[in-house]
Amino acid sequence: MKPPLFDYCSAQSVQDALQKLHETPGALILAGGQSLIPAMNFRLVSPSTLIDINRIPEFRKVEVTSDGIVVGATIRHRDLELDAAVHAANPLLRLALAHVAHVPIRNRGTTVGSLCHADAAAEMPMILLLTGGSVMAQSVSGTRTIPAEEFYKFHMTTAKASDELIVSARFPALPRGAGYGFAEFARRRGDYALAAVGAIVSCDDSGIVTDARLAACGIGSKPVRLTAAENALNGRRADKAAMAEAALATADAVTAPDDTQVTQAYRRHLLAGLTRQVLAQAVSARKEAIA
Amino acid sequence: MRHKPAIAPNIPSVSADPTVEVTMTVNGQTVTRHVSPRMLLTDFIRHELGLTGTHVGCEHGVCGACTVLIDGRAARACLTFAVQADGAELRTIESEASEDGTLSELQKAFAECHGLQCGYCTPGFIMNIRAHLESGEKLDLSDEGIRDMISGNLCRCTGYKNIVAAVRKSAQHFNRK
Ligand SMILES: Cc1cc2nc3c(=O)[nH]c(=O)nc-3n(C[C@H](O)[C@H](O)[C@H](O)COP(=O)(O)OP(=O)(O)OC[C@H]3O[C@@H](n4cnc5c(N)ncnc54)[C@H](O)[C@@H]3O)c2cc1C
Ligand code: FES
Ligand code: FES
Repeated sequence: MKPPLFDYCSAQSVQDALQKLHETPGALILAGGQSLIPAMNFRLVSPSTLIDINRIPEFRKVEVTSDGIVVGATIRHRDLELDAAVHAANPLLRLALAHVAHVPIRNRGTTVGSLCHADAAAEMPMILLLTGGSVMAQSVSGTRTIPAEEFYKFHMTTAKASDELIVSARFPALPRGAGYGFAEFARRRGDYALAAVGAIVSCDDSGIVTDARLAACGIGSKPVRLTAAENALNGRRADKAAMAEAALATADAVTAPDDTQVTQAYRRHLLAGLTRQVLAQAVSARKEAIA
Repeated sequence: MRHKPAIAPNIPSVSADPTVEVTMTVNGQTVTRHVSPRMLLTDFIRHELGLTGTHVGCEHGVCGACTVLIDGRAARACLTFAVQADGAELRTIESEASEDGTLSELQKAFAECHGLQCGYCTPGFIMNIRAHLESGEKLDLSDEGIRDMISGNLCRCTGYKNIVAAVRKSAQHFNRK
């Protein structure tokens, strides 16, 4: 199928893009186009104007500091995945990015675009939530930072106003010495996750969990923290029994109803299994970090 | 109310869409055309340039038949507007064989390993593998590694075993060069 008519505007600067977005009703930002163009080909969306941000130099950079990674709006999934400094600051990004579609799609699709698209089964919004990250929204009237937990509202719905452009996203670095893990299940390689889970586990010197963070996607209408499972771990030793208890505690987090692919009961089993896997990964990663 | 449409007296053969000018290099040759912003790069390559080797399977990024190289990287031509490729360097399947029709080593490997039947998916596979071969990254040539590499390309007739063999053969040849 073919996309409907639209006006095309290749923005030359951030101000140019913001001004155009402000004054054009029905306009949408075009980043990698890997979600927007299929939707237009299906005629599920018909924007009046596409504001292409790919030629704005400021958006083409990644900054890695000791406390985090700031990803510009047109950084491709694939560039982030292969970036050694990004990997050193937070290995969860590469682990998750390898599960986002296929290389030819990651070559064009942007990470910030994926965060904005907000598919409830998408990996990177979940990683943003898991790491406690945020996005920077800008409009003609100013700039604001939106933390991940406030950004995601519902399937394909975010706190971004229609005249706001997300100029960058910030993923905090992995806390020093923390263990981490990521696991996903999809029917075919590169599909959106039926469920995926990420974990960051920090412990004190005696091995007691001081901060367990768990998040999942594909199980509801937006990425979610698995707080009941986190509570089952905090203040305890991360042994087999605690991990099994945490996995069981994830059941209520699944709110997605039975769908054409699987039942809700199936997703609950899946989530518990994936949670056990990522916790085991996190514990062994932490041992390696200490050794 | 009419139930049967009458034959229209004159359907314009040129789209009435407003157009913009684009210039890009395609297989080493510079081309300039006027295109509608909504023209997909697949349609540009096939209908404006007449290079019909780039195939269209699904138009939503799933099948990989339309894969081309944009500035050296494999990408879905069906998920790119032609206007976005303004100034870009494009390579399509037509860049593989030489002028006299001699197949590239990659194409030969597909033929020798029986990596194709109808050939509909083949241009997409070849361009995707071409990008991997030239990426300079160390390739994982285990079955698992190759299957990951080609996971974004669907073949409906050959089965993947022979395609995996073709990728391995061409990669070994490429490394020896
Ligand atoms: C076959 C296929 C499989 C896929 N599988 C997966 C998968 O497994 N997991 C996954 O996560 N994704 C998957 N994707 C989607 C892919 O990750 C997209 O790249 C991503 O969702 C959108 O990024 P984009 O840069 O292409 O955004 P676009 O398609 O350009 O834009 C998407 C939406 O976000 C808006 N937008 C984009 N950037 C901004 C910005 N800076 N500010 C404000 N609004 C903005 C656009 O207006 C649009 O509404 C798949 C895509 C395809 C085609
Ligand atoms: S036609 Fe482009 S991926 Fe199928
Ligand atoms: S050879 Fe026919 S689809 Fe692959």
